[in-house]
Amino acid sequence: MLGFGILSGLLVLPLIGAAFILTLRGDSEAARSNARWAALATTIVTFLLSLVAWSRFDAGSSAFQLVETHGWLSETIRFKLGVDGFSMPFVLLTTFLMPFCILASWESITHRVKEYFVAFLVLETTMIGVFEALDLVLFYLFFEAGLIPMFLIIGIWGGKRRIYASFKFFLYTLLGSVLMLLAIMAMYWAAGTTDIPTLLTFKFGAQVQLWLWLAFFASFAVKMPMWPVHTWLPDAHVEAPTAGSVILAGILLKMGGYGFIRVSLPMFPEASQYFAPFVYALSVIAIVYTSLVALMQEDMKKLIAYSSVAHMGFVTMGIFSMTTQGVQGAMFQMVSHGLVSGALFLCVGVVYDRMHTREIKAYGGLVTRMPLYAVAFMIFTMANVGLPGTSGFVGEFLTLMGAFRSNPWVSFFASSGVILSAAYALWLYRRVVYGVLDKPALQDIMDLNRREIITLAPLVLLVIYYGVQPGPILDVFAAPTDALLKSYEAALATVKTAALVAH
Amino acid sequence: MYYAIVFLPLVGFLIAGLFGRVIGARPSELITTAFLFIAAALSWVAFFQVGFGHGAVRIQIAQWFSSGDLMVDWALRIDTLTAIMLIVVNTVSALVHLYSIGYMHEDPHRPRFFAYLSLFTFAMLMLVTADNLVQMFFGWEGVGLASYLLIGFWYQKESANAAAMKAFIVNRVGDFGFLLGIFLIFVLFKTVNFDQIFPRVAEFEKAQFHFLGFDWNALTLACLLLFMGAMGKSAQFLLHTWLPDAMEGPTPVSALIHAATMVTAGVFMVARLSPVFEYAPDALTVVTVIGGITAFFAATVGLVQNDIKRVIAYSTCSQLGYMFVALGVGAYSAGVFHLFTHAFFKALLFLGAGSVIHAMHHEQDIRAMGGLRKYIPFTTGMMAIGTLALTGFPFSAGYYSKDAIIEAAYAAHSPAGSFAFLATVVAAFMTSFYSWRLFFLTFEGKARWNGEAHTHEGAEHNASGHDVSHAHADHSHDDHGHGAHKPHESPLVMLIPLLVLAIGAVVAGFAFSGAFIGHGYEHFWKGAIFTRPDNKILEDMHHLPGWVPLLPTVMMVLGFLLAVWMYLIDTKKPAQIAADHPILYRFLLNKWYFDELYDAIFVRPAMALGRFLWRTGDGKIIDGLGPDGISARVLDVTRGVVRVQTGYLYHYAFAMLIGVAALVTYYLFRGAH
Repeated sequence: MLGFGILSGLLVLPLIGAAFILTLRGDSEAARSNARWAALATTIVTFLLSLVAWSRFDAGSSAFQLVETHGWLSETIRFKLGVDGFSMPFVLLTTFLMPFCILASWESITHRVKEYFVAFLVLETTMIGVFEALDLVLFYLFFEAGLIPMFLIIGIWGGKRRIYASFKFFLYTLLGSVLMLLAIMAMYWAAGTTDIPTLLTFKFGAQVQLWLWLAFFASFAVKMPMWPVHTWLPDAHVEAPTAGSVILAGILLKMGGYGFIRVSLPMFPEASQYFAPFVYALSVIAIVYTSLVALMQEDMKKLIAYSSVAHMGFVTMGIFSMTTQGVQGAMFQMVSHGLVSGALFLCVGVVYDRMHTREIKAYGGLVTRMPLYAVAFMIFTMANVGLPGTSGFVGEFLTLMGAFRSNPWVSFFASSGVILSAAYALWLYRRVVYGVLDKPALQDIMDLNRREIITLAPLVLLVIYYGVQPGPILDVFAAPTDALLKSYEAALATVKTAALVAH
Repeated sequence: MYYAIVFLPLVGFLIAGLFGRVIGARPSELITTAFLFIAAALSWVAFFQVGFGHGAVRIQIAQWFSSGDLMVDWALRIDTLTAIMLIVVNTVSALVHLYSIGYMHEDPHRPRFFAYLSLFTFAMLMLVTADNLVQMFFGWEGVGLASYLLIGFWYQKESANAAAMKAFIVNRVGDFGFLLGIFLIFVLFKTVNFDQIFPRVAEFEKAQFHFLGFDWNALTLACLLLFMGAMGKSAQFLLHTWLPDAMEGPTPVSALIHAATMVTAGVFMVARLSPVFEYAPDALTVVTVIGGITAFFAATVGLVQNDIKRVIAYSTCSQLGYMFVALGVGAYSAGVFHLFTHAFFKALLFLGAGSVIHAMHHEQDIRAMGGLRKYIPFTTGMMAIGTLALTGFPFSAGYYSKDAIIEAAYAAHSPAGSFAFLATVVAAFMTSFYSWRLFFLTFEGKARWNGEAHTHEGAEHNASGHDVSHAHADHSHDDHGHGAHKPHESPLVMLIPLLVLAIGAVVAGFAFSGAFIGHGYEHFWKGAIFTRPDNKILEDMHHLPGWVPLLPTVMMVLGFLLAVWMYLIDTKKPAQIAADHPILYRFLLNKWYFDELYDAIFVRPAMALGRFLWRTGDGKIIDGLGPDGISARVLDVTRGVVRVQTGYLYHYAFAMLIGVAALVTYYLFRGAH
């Protein structure tokens, strides 16, 4: 295909689907149905193609693979794609979650159906692009382009306060992006290229590193989101349609963590070490603070959104512990959280579609009418709590262990999140699912229908499978983690020797 | 064979859990129960093979996860300690399964119930067969989950839901320590596998670790953190509050989880880690003291409780304290022995209580019972055996194990040991008193269940509705309940387990005391429990002043006599004493006000803080200064701009000129560079 490989195929496929949907005429029921099926087919084919990429991927190597490069803006800013052990699982996660999002929007989206699916497919391209890009400009482009469809999804198909939420979302993320763009320009001037593999070996001066690190941090921290720039997330989640929330929690949040591991840590090792205590502090505050806030929420989606912030706190803590367990655990935590929080939002969507409210008070005793739903929700709740045997445990355990190795204080406070997460998650479950079914509106609520079972069942299986056998994902992170930490330590060692010589 | 022992319950859980609604209730019951009986039979085979035969085995199943130098396996480690736990868990579980067929026969959710029971059993087996700390943690949390599900089994009851949550969260507080303990062990040993940890403990005897601003002896700190986990699971003083509330669950659950098996997980953990604890004497002192306090504290509360299950629950709590005392003074085998015998007689007592509750149509208040001996003679007899064993009547199971602990505490000759000795002796007296109080109030005296009993019913009374369909009709049910039907003996499926357990409660003591703590010690344990060469406590126990071994028996008799006097002869006395000492009585009745205290210092502040951080932290400060503040400023500026748009041409021209001037200046400056 003219020198284009699988990775560009993954980028183009959703766009082709989107273009096809745009050609559909009219807004009849038939056209809508065609749009749905086209979107579903596109995402499934994309997923299958990503599996092909996966099968050609060698997990034992830490190098970039399936690399393809094409001329673009200039000789030094090229359209370069490639994946390594850090990015491959996220590409898979993205393509895997998309069909579920399409299914979750099957009936709940009733106006501007075609546009909705187009927005989603474009979003998929940009998200895959972020994880595949091997050029900082390209990375930036995808990173920011993803904002637009998401902004539209919240702003057009969102809830009552959608305008407020979408602007808040935009404002926050844009602010970070501006600084990132400046940093990329600075790097280009310093290194003469924006090629990521080259930059990984380039040594930036100590002072420059600090500024660059901060600029990237501004962007990644907002995306993550880290305390105190997290407040856009609960609002965005609450107003976004179910599928939007799934993508937001499942993929978009991971871009921040991915950015840290792709850019901040390897390119600015000294600055990363310098700022690690600062990140620790923010992570621990995030874990404890947002868990406490989650405890008091009255809105189901908001509660889960706050719990996402807490879980992302584990991720940043793990990454900046600079230990094998910490980094690998953080990566795994992100994948696991993508599945679990995505599934939890789907669970909320199930009852929201029926009752059109997310108020916790409006529910109670659902298990009586919805036993299947109760089981699925219980499993995801337990995964959210980090029960061993679910995927949630492995990441939490490893990040805490990594943090303990480098700083026991951090681990001590972060572990208290284990108690708090149990408190808010079980309390939510009790108020929604257990109890007496005495609310008149709930008297004839229906259990999961076939479409919903198809949506939730694979997630249930994966959450448990990766809890018992996390190897397939966890081991992929092993080689690049190893390489990352080696180069990180080597960089710090040269700094130390330089300092010794200077004295 | 070991695979079958561990995984049959899992298969049972999956069948009953996934297909329970398809295949119906009866097949679910039969399948899970049959699997458990097979597993129990195999466990006994394993017990004799391992304990009296070839010794330990390790079976690797699969790798769980690995990261850097951390390797975690799924593996089964079967040594004598595990084998003991296997028979305890599987035997009691099989009997409880059988019993539940009778006890739960009118519940509409039986497949779910049996699925949970089997799930619990599986998790417990994973815990006791664990070959590394992380797998143990898997089982540890797994039993926590099953316990949560089973306590909250009657999910329409508000109190049951609250109790289930409380159990899970309080246990998580303990797990918090457990997790940190695992991390510390890993930092020291670079592994979490028992096989690699145990031989190297001595190297770290003097190691230091800096934690939370202090320099600690690393092993002491690790043991204390791990013990925190044990305190949560085994409901020790400070983390005990969940256990009495857990009685909201169905009675067979209380027998299985909250008496015989899960709550002893903490004891098992300390015994399993005896090679580490042996090198952390300060941690052992803490274990002893906490055990002693719990034994004493729970017994005092048990004196005045009126709910039949709660009395037994506090008794469990107290007996767990005994076990920890034994562990703390280094007599691990005595602690495990008491765990073993306790499982039989405490499960017996709980299932007997269940039979009483069944007979009384879900009445649980012992003040509304009395005179039941004539109506349910078999249950009465079984309860009597259980009570005798618990109080340590000569040659019953408790006589061997409990007295051994009291002797060990004396033989320790340490301040902590002496304290524990005192506490356990006093507790032995109280144990005897409250057990017989329970027995007399329930089975002897006048029948108080004909009407007038309802005038002074406790708050817990109506909280004991039996199942979902009855929850709504609780009042009407109770109204007709006691007058219309006489108490009736339970069906055979419930009585057989009682009988089996009663046999265990009688013979388990003298049949196995030789192997556990007597002459067969070395041959039986084969190193499954480690003691340092200078730990001679088991020998010292045989060289005590003559009055020490007699003391527990004397205490038992005194307690019995006091109970006879107060509840059979002078029945006005208890109420009078309570009236004379209202503060003490209320203090005990309200369980030393722990729930209120925790509510005031943890629960409500956490909620208040959460609300504050949300409304003020997120809302006013972050949003107020951040996005909302900015957008407000933007609006201000826009308004300003609107004001500038006056409509006068020269205003626009002026602004344009300034703009052009600025642009030109900018380009000039840029060009200069």
